[in-house]
Amino acid sequence: MSLLRIEALTVRHGGITALDNQTLEVAAGEIVMVTGPNGAGKSSLMSCIAGHVKPWQGHVVLDGRDVTGRAPEQIAALGLSMVPEGRHVFGAMTVLENLRVGCGLRRDAAAARRDLDYVMDVFPLLRERAQAQAGLLSGGQQQMLVIARALMTAPRLLAIDEPSLGLAPRVTDQVYEALLRLREERGLTLLIVEQSATRAALVGARMLMLREGRVVLAGDPRGMSAERIERAYFGYEEAHA
Amino acid sequence: MSTALQYLFDALSVGSLYALGALGIALIFGVMRLVNFAHGDVMTFAVFVLIAPTIEAVTRLWVGAWPTPLLVLSVLAVGALLSVLAEWVLFRRLRKASPATAMIASFALGFVIQNLLLMLHSSRPKAVNLWPQLNQPVEVLGARLPALQLLTIAVAALLLAALAWMLRHTRAGIEMRAAAEDFQMARGLGVKANRVIMLAFALSGALAALIGLLMVNQTGLVDIRMGAPMMLVAFVATVIGGLGSLQGAVLGGLLMGAVSTLLQALLPQDARAFRDAFLYASVIALLLWRPQGLFVTGAQRQRV
Repeated sequence: MSLLRIEALTVRHGGITALDNQTLEVAAGEIVMVTGPNGAGKSSLMSCIAGHVKPWQGHVVLDGRDVTGRAPEQIAALGLSMVPEGRHVFGAMTVLENLRVGCGLRRDAAAARRDLDYVMDVFPLLRERAQAQAGLLSGGQQQMLVIARALMTAPRLLAIDEPSLGLAPRVTDQVYEALLRLREERGLTLLIVEQSATRAALVGARMLMLREGRVVLAGDPRGMSAERIERAYFGYEEAHA
Repeated sequence: MSTALQYLFDALSVGSLYALGALGIALIFGVMRLVNFAHGDVMTFAVFVLIAPTIEAVTRLWVGAWPTPLLVLSVLAVGALLSVLAEWVLFRRLRKASPATAMIASFALGFVIQNLLLMLHSSRPKAVNLWPQLNQPVEVLGARLPALQLLTIAVAALLLAALAWMLRHTRAGIEMRAAAEDFQMARGLGVKANRVIMLAFALSGALAALIGLLMVNQTGLVDIRMGAPMMLVAFVATVIGGLGSLQGAVLGGLLMGAVSTLLQALLPQDARAFRDAFLYASVIALLLWRPQGLFVTGAQRQRV
């Protein structure tokens, strides 16, 4: 059974349809990368899954449970953690305090401490700068912090909106290395939004390309020609979706 | 020397009342982006339980006649409960409304509370003399100070320290700070919106009640209009400290106290009557210089 199922989901913002009656699934342990140009509906999809935006129509089913329209904190408690676009660190708080915010849902304090240790192993920099004010970290460090913080809620599905945004390519590589390691070691399911399809091929993800609120291309990007991906991206191939 | 010391204590005691008031406003603004103009009336309502409702001029104590610890706890509890009730009945429904709508609603709520008190107690200020021994002067380092002033400073310092500790070291405190910075993100990490907001309202209401108690002891009066001017200053203090910053609110409050005491001391006799004009002129100058507030750090600004 799929870990996340999105059924005939429509998201609208003030009369504009951001996501148009789309159905898609993410299986446990999978990496799914949602790509597509600006305004394709990628972030709307993510906000809706995480409960920040209520859908116009359709359902979000997490692990067999209908979570449509639930509050973000309830969805987080059910095992879906979303890292929104733009690195929302709590800037006035320390790195460690940021990580603690993610621990509120944990019942088992010992397990939470082990996880804290674990994320600091994956991102050693966070251990070094544990007492630093989060707002003073560099962009890449902040991205690592928000991913680590999302992990502290012990999610089964980690959804990340544009982790590479504004990062140097080398730093993006580090972030992805860590994500793949987490998937390997923790069996984490990943749903990642990126504009470009290049990264999807690189990490061996299944790709869903969105354009104007619809999936226009789906599958393993490694089996697709660059031309086909480009045509879908720029909107010449909607018919073959 | 002792005059300077006198002024210092004046500034501290006035400033700590403003600081506590500003903190109550900042707590709620932090989690809800609501400027709660009913804050002052929550304070007034809480201290009015000290006396029995009557429209006669003679005051009869009600909660005010209870043993001190019970009295203090009851007044604080009334402040906290009224504040939580306001959230539950009114502000919860306005969470998705624009900040202006919620602010106007808080104005309206303030008037409702004030008029309720007017119906119950009439508009006459009532004399309440709770602890006369607090007006006895005490000698500190050669300065003679009313004991109440020392108490005010001590209570404020203790409370601020306790709150700072709570915000830094408890789960509720860390969640509240996170919610104050980025509420959506905090919720996404499992922070329960309703619980954090309710806690902020409860703390804010209890703080308001406490200020009320201290003020009643200073003036010996309860007055249905006592909340508004106090909270106006407190609100200004949160703005000059930087709306949304709790430390900023406290420091802004202390600064307002210091400046108004200094003006009182240094202005020529004839100008003293216009002290507030000078005070607010300096507020305007300050805001023109730093519109974002004095104590907003780079890290916090970056986020927006």
